[in-house]
Amino acid sequence: MRGALALLALLALAAALAPWIAPQNPYDLAQLQLIDSRLPPLAHTSADAIRWLGTDDQGRDMLSAILYGLRTSLVVGLASTVLAFAIGATAGLAAAWFGGWIDALAMRLADLQLSFPSILIALVFLAILGQGLDKIIAAIVLVQWATYARAARAAALVERSKEYVEAAVALAVPDSRILFRHLLPNCLPPLLVLAAVQMAAAITLEATLSFLGLGLPITEPSLGLLVANGFNYLLSGAYWISFFPGVALLLAVVAVNLAADRLRDALDPRARR
Amino acid sequence: MIAFGLRRLAQSMAVIVVMSLLVFAGVHAIGNPVDILINPQADQNEIARATTALGLDLPLAEQYWRFLKGTATGDLGNSFVYNVPAIGLILERMPATLELAAAAMLIALVFGIPLGLWAGVAPRSAAGRAISAGSILGFSLPTFWVGLLLILVFSVWLGWLPTAGRGPTTDLLGIPVSFLSADGLRHLLLPAANLALFNLSLVARLARSGAREALQQDYVRFARSKGLAEGRVVGVHVLRNVLVPVVAVTGVQFGSVIAFAVVTETIFAWPGMGKLLIDSINVLDRPVIVGYLCVVVALFVAINLAVDLLSAWLDPRVRVRAGM
Repeated sequence: MRGALALLALLALAAALAPWIAPQNPYDLAQLQLIDSRLPPLAHTSADAIRWLGTDDQGRDMLSAILYGLRTSLVVGLASTVLAFAIGATAGLAAAWFGGWIDALAMRLADLQLSFPSILIALVFLAILGQGLDKIIAAIVLVQWATYARAARAAALVERSKEYVEAAVALAVPDSRILFRHLLPNCLPPLLVLAAVQMAAAITLEATLSFLGLGLPITEPSLGLLVANGFNYLLSGAYWISFFPGVALLLAVVAVNLAADRLRDALDPRARR
Repeated sequence: MIAFGLRRLAQSMAVIVVMSLLVFAGVHAIGNPVDILINPQADQNEIARATTALGLDLPLAEQYWRFLKGTATGDLGNSFVYNVPAIGLILERMPATLELAAAAMLIALVFGIPLGLWAGVAPRSAAGRAISAGSILGFSLPTFWVGLLLILVFSVWLGWLPTAGRGPTTDLLGIPVSFLSADGLRHLLLPAANLALFNLSLVARLARSGAREALQQDYVRFARSKGLAEGRVVGVHVLRNVLVPVVAVTGVQFGSVIAFAVVTETIFAWPGMGKLLIDSINVLDRPVIVGYLCVVVALFVAINLAVDLLSAWLDPRVRVRAGM
């Protein structure tokens, strides 16, 4: 289990340091040599540099492309998780605290969203709005806020009847302060575990949408787009162009999932063995 | 039961109305409907003519009414690419998607239930641990990447199975299907296995936890103390307890299998509605996109309704909980 956290830290570090540790800048066309295209893993280029994971159809070093792709994938996963968390938790807390039509509206919207699979909603949203980093983050937020809203509402309904909340009401603390300074911290543990699980889902969803050609534009390739690009060469046997980006994606998703498990054990005393 | 059914039906209708409003808003408010509904290659005169013909110069409320009438009568405009009614194009591709989804669900159940039972009965054995670990991996593996690996291993390296397409189809009651011919089956196998992976893991986990729970119950202890063979205890008494959640989840997951078929169909060039959707998005064939959305929303609402009615019929507690 500790291995999972180490793996996650390693991946995050590699993604953050990509411009400094990658053997080449994969998107600087001046550094690409067509003569070195589709080299298998461990081959040497014409300039006698080793290509650990091979090169793609334009002579791009796959290891460098994966490090840059990992960077994009993790940034999208993190940004959409933070936004969906903020929007969903606010909606859920407000629904539980105010009740009435706010509760009904938020929960019916959540029901509506959750009755359709996430990929379908994201697909249609992107089909109407087009590609882009901001749009894919918006699409992921759109399909994930409802889960946070439900979890936050359930947790807040339990908390709101407790004495510290009654005390805050008696002191005439403003609603917004009760929501974010009193209720939110006490509802946080289950929401944090959920956020970790949802981040893994966000990374997978972004990769899937990019693979389908609906996510990020070709100028900011994420791991999903690298896999899609390699698909064209798979049938001729050049497996490495899609295989290794997929492995990197799998490692990232598994590391986040295992970290979520660990977070759950740490935050829930009953689960501790 | 009738009251519950009527109430559930009313909820479904409400979902359809809300979704139609959202689709309408998506087409008419977020984007420019002239861009969305009229072929971008048309010239000024054609655009003006089409604008009047489609009623885009009418007030919004009237336009929404026309949109509802069009949807209800199955008229969503012609595809820009094929120049035939979009809805007909989608319905034509639907059997391929439903066949793929049904095959995937079948694979998930046929392999998932026995594997889950095995892992539940012998959780500490090597096989039990391997099944549990495998099911976690099945959740984490991105579907599209597994599809590529299947093609790489079984088509490119081993050369056993075809990489793309549906193969020959046979008519069954007027509907073309693949599974009746050997070559069609060979084409179906890889995409169905790819699509099944996620639900196979899910079913195995459900069956595992269901079996572990059932094994603690008194009725299983009683069955054992009666001297029943272990095979009969697990295969009859435990299995029956495991099936209830599995059936419920299978129903709900069928909808998401249809949605995820978009990915699998794209990889394996399976000629279903999911591939049609992606192709239409790539060439901005918007009537087909709107049509796909309408068909899938209707399909989903129908599936959810059927699952709810079925579970209310199987389990009276659901009706009580729903306040009926």
